[in-house]
Amino acid sequence: MAREQTGMVERRGTGLWLTHVLMICGVLVVFFPIWLAFVASTVTQADIASPPLPLIPGGHFVENYSRALFSGVNVPVGTMLVNSLIMAIGIAVGKIVISLLSAFAIVYFRFPGRNIFFWLIFLTLMLPVEVRIVPTYEVVASFGMLNSYSGLILPLIASATATFLFRQFYLTVPDELAEAARVDGARPMRFFWDILLPMSRTNIAALFVILFIYGWNQYLWPLLITTKPEMNTIVMGIKQMFPSGDDLADWPVIMATSILAMIPPIFVVVSMQKLFIRGLVDSEK
Amino acid sequence: MEKRVTFKGWKLPFLLILPQVIVSAVFFFYPAGQAIYQSLFIPDPFGLSSRFVGLGNFEYLFSNRYYLASFTTTAVFSVLVTLCSMIPALFLAVMADRLVKGAGTYRTLLIWPYAIAPAIAGVLWLFMFNTRIGIVSWYLGKLGYDWNHVLNGAEAMGLVVVASSWGRISYNFLFFFAALQAVPKSVIEAAAIDGARFWRRFFTIVLPLISATLFFLLVVNVVYAFFETFGVIHTITSGGPQQSTTILVYKVFSDGFVGQDLGSSAAQSVVLLVVVGLLTVAQFKFIEKRVHY
Repeated sequence: MAREQTGMVERRGTGLWLTHVLMICGVLVVFFPIWLAFVASTVTQADIASPPLPLIPGGHFVENYSRALFSGVNVPVGTMLVNSLIMAIGIAVGKIVISLLSAFAIVYFRFPGRNIFFWLIFLTLMLPVEVRIVPTYEVVASFGMLNSYSGLILPLIASATATFLFRQFYLTVPDELAEAARVDGARPMRFFWDILLPMSRTNIAALFVILFIYGWNQYLWPLLITTKPEMNTIVMGIKQMFPSGDDLADWPVIMATSILAMIPPIFVVVSMQKLFIRGLVDSEK
Repeated sequence: MEKRVTFKGWKLPFLLILPQVIVSAVFFFYPAGQAIYQSLFIPDPFGLSSRFVGLGNFEYLFSNRYYLASFTTTAVFSVLVTLCSMIPALFLAVMADRLVKGAGTYRTLLIWPYAIAPAIAGVLWLFMFNTRIGIVSWYLGKLGYDWNHVLNGAEAMGLVVVASSWGRISYNFLFFFAALQAVPKSVIEAAAIDGARFWRRFFTIVLPLISATLFFLLVVNVVYAFFETFGVIHTITSGGPQQSTTILVYKVFSDGFVGQDLGSSAAQSVVLLVVVGLLTVAQFKFIEKRVHY
């Protein structure tokens, strides 16, 4: 997004500095909660119990993080991290695979009922899992999928956003490619593997970033269907670390867990920024 | 739009579409159908049988003081979240757009909170405003203000609004920034030559030009406030005090799972379904408009 700069509307001198100062203030305000969480994850419970909390990190980083990772409160945070990773990757990969295939069928074939399927899939765009939680829970329970990875993953891939994205993309692929493949006598699946899939690489990657974060950050669904602590995901597990009574929560460990829960999605977003922005714009429009 | 070149056969496409159809049928259509079906019945207290009540559950809902209050709460909450996440984002985007150097760095830094789950955002803000140990509530106390979101409904609402808006600022910033960068510079220069000052140019020229993005974000943020903020509310207030932060989605959860009132919960799901439908229509209307634009 390079843009030409003209003297006319350019900011110079104090105006420019003021803009920078305002931006830095904005960034600091936005960052403050994260910084505070980090500080809290490096001090002792006693430091936190006597407010105000200092604004510079303390010396208990290793102690708090290893306590969180290897013992946690109900279950080691390491276990919850693994669960979250499996869930997030499962949702991202699952949704991408079924969508690549069904979009291929919808765009490149004329088969009976094609339009009905198209609209049925289209309908699923409309209803977030939050709205149908009780009956979906019953379905998952009746399959005996409570406290299982398939129970965590499958209900969340039942939505058509990715299918639409790939459909839009396939429609922009030049017809000549399919024509050539057909003339060469290539089977449809060969065309899919050798031509369509390699061409979709960027879209797949962009979508993966978005879906990974979507899956990682799920809260309500894992809260309902994981009753065993060993199956908790990290994002929903944090709430379970608060004591139910009036006791003071183990804030250093909780904050260390919060930081651990943020690292993977932040890493994905920042390191794949270009893909992420592309995926965001694509999947919303 | 249709492809002119297609492949022959119907078995293969059936096979290809099958996984998505099965997943959608089992985890989407069946549960959604169940929600509609259950909304017409009242199960007996032992869950053995249920009695058909027609629209009784809905009549009950809309005469229920708590449910109507939850509607108001949701409306207040979504309006506040939308404003609190869009205005700072627009301001930051306008600032970043004025910069030639450094805008990319600011963008990278401002993206961070988007990646943070609403539930984690809830924990972070709860920590800052904790009545016993929170740093912000402590300083407020020093200033003579006694912060207590556990007892004060307005403060609880304020806290869940701020915590929900925080991560959304990143999201809105990205869209605003992209829209601002796409505004033709020649138009702005022309106005500058005519002597229009920065904020005047902004309100009379730039804002109308990014109105499509503005409207899009409005709808998307309302949808977010409605459906994706459950984690924030559950971690900070659990809907309290006195249901002052119980938004509709939270009520479906608390009536269905905590209260075990399945008929009512199903009826609430159906009401939400209608709300989603309306919001989706608004969104598509907008997309259509953009296409013809």
